[in-house]
Amino acid sequence: MNRVTNIAANTFREAVRDRVLYNLIAFALLLSGAAILVGQISIAIERLVVVNLGLTAVSLFGVVIAIFIGIGLVSKEMEKRTLYTVLSRPVRRWEFIVGKFFGLTGTLVVNTFCMAIGVFAALFYVAHKFQSSDGWILVALFFIVLQFLILCSLALLFSSFSSPLLSAVFTFSLFVIGSFAEDLRGFAGMSHGLMRWLATAAAYLVPNFSRLNVIAQVAHEQPIPARLIAYSTAYALTYSAMAICGAVLIFERRNLK
Amino acid sequence: MTMTMTGSRKVTAVASLLLLLSLGGSILLLQRLDQIRTRATLEEVLYFNSPKWIKRLSLGYDGLLADIYWTRAVQYFGIRHAMRATDYNLLAPLLEITTALDPKLTVAYEFGANFLGSKPPLGAGQPEKAIALLEGGIRNNPDDWKLYYNLGFFYYIDLKDYGHAAEAFERGTKAPKAHPFLRVMAAQMAQHTGEIQTARMLWQATYATTKEDLIKQNAIAHLRALDVDEGVAELEKIVAAYTEKTGRPPSSFNQLIGAGMLRGVPLDPDRKPYKLTADGRIELRNPEDFPFAEKGLPPGYKPGPPKFH
Repeated sequence: MNRVTNIAANTFREAVRDRVLYNLIAFALLLSGAAILVGQISIAIERLVVVNLGLTAVSLFGVVIAIFIGIGLVSKEMEKRTLYTVLSRPVRRWEFIVGKFFGLTGTLVVNTFCMAIGVFAALFYVAHKFQSSDGWILVALFFIVLQFLILCSLALLFSSFSSPLLSAVFTFSLFVIGSFAEDLRGFAGMSHGLMRWLATAAAYLVPNFSRLNVIAQVAHEQPIPARLIAYSTAYALTYSAMAICGAVLIFERRNLK
Repeated sequence: MTMTMTGSRKVTAVASLLLLLSLGGSILLLQRLDQIRTRATLEEVLYFNSPKWIKRLSLGYDGLLADIYWTRAVQYFGIRHAMRATDYNLLAPLLEITTALDPKLTVAYEFGANFLGSKPPLGAGQPEKAIALLEGGIRNNPDDWKLYYNLGFFYYIDLKDYGHAAEAFERGTKAPKAHPFLRVMAAQMAQHTGEIQTARMLWQATYATTKEDLIKQNAIAHLRALDVDEGVAELEKIVAAYTEKTGRPPSSFNQLIGAGMLRGVPLDPDRKPYKLTADGRIELRNPEDFPFAEKGLPPGYKPGPPKFH
């Protein structure tokens, strides 16, 4: 366990060294600009824009980081030959994969935390006060982190057997398809025979990102049921575990010579 | 080493200079392009006009996209309104996309119906689309009493359709947390008496129930216009009575004061005296200060866009 923690900590340090957290500057500029500008060019949606833009930016910045850092986690170590140094020590391959996963998700959680402070600051700027329903924004941020868990695990899965470019394409494609998962289910409902079976299987196999998106509800101050939070958390953890297991299985059998 | 540093500094200086020149050049060129392409087609184009497709392409970030489309609708309406345009072809599709992306964005229904339904030059003059938008809003947000209120308000103020207005207010009374005022309005519509008083009640309620400065200012402007309409109607009655009594219209307010029909020179809500024309009509001294007034306007006067401060 200690070895997993060390690899995770190193992955986090490496991401910080790679200036990943610089995206926070862009985020701060985007949000403060929007908070000031929208009040002047639109009507009655200042708070809504801060919540929608803030949460969308947290999500999109995180998706980009998850994909572009995640795809290089294994291949970069192989390229720099540091992987061989790590594996020559008493570190198991699965520990390397799991450590990398926790390191990347840790980076994203810290990033999300910093952005959350920005969202609440911008909200205070436009509304001049906080209200009890603002607490649901924390739930939306939690759901975004759940999306990151799945994306990190997928990026790592593809990174364990493919080149960085292809891994990026695969992960991003799955993110897009996962956002259309509900349409895929609708399509399955309308098809017949083998097509129906295939479409249903695909709908359950791809990660359902649309089910993990509560930004719109939270923006309208609607409560999120506890059952939804519990099941979504369980779903994200299960799906991530599945992808990480896949990554471990592939990486264990991969010829690193 | 010194030579390398000097060379490096030179490159930095030249590159910085070139960067600034290029930046300045690109701004100048863009300004030139703006002059060539005056009123470029950008604002007139909807790249995607299917709300369903736009929702799909938003990848789940439909809330933010709805805010963008709503801002675009506001900007489109504002620009066309300032130009005193009579056609607002993109307004309805922009509002349709906005509300399809975020069916809970109630401001889009409330303001959008106002933009669509008001007669030109104040709005697009598309009452049927305004009603469809508000009915869509009610379908998506059946518990929001303000949408029923807006629908009733629109039927009454813009269409003078008392039956539908009463029905809309009545439907609104069934919404949870409905303002008690809706029940009063439903009854008032059923009787459809005392038009100015009813309109005043509606605008006072609008003023009291909104947090938006723009709506408050709009309500104040309408209440001021109602004061003018009421005042001018009263004065017209007095002038008609004087004309009937003497056989000719009064040439000044002093004649009416002399006849004991007025206590003093009548003033508009801005404390400026009304004008009495040679043919006995009452006119506002500054009609542009009362953009929603229906009485007291010079013949052929067309109101400009309302100015809110």
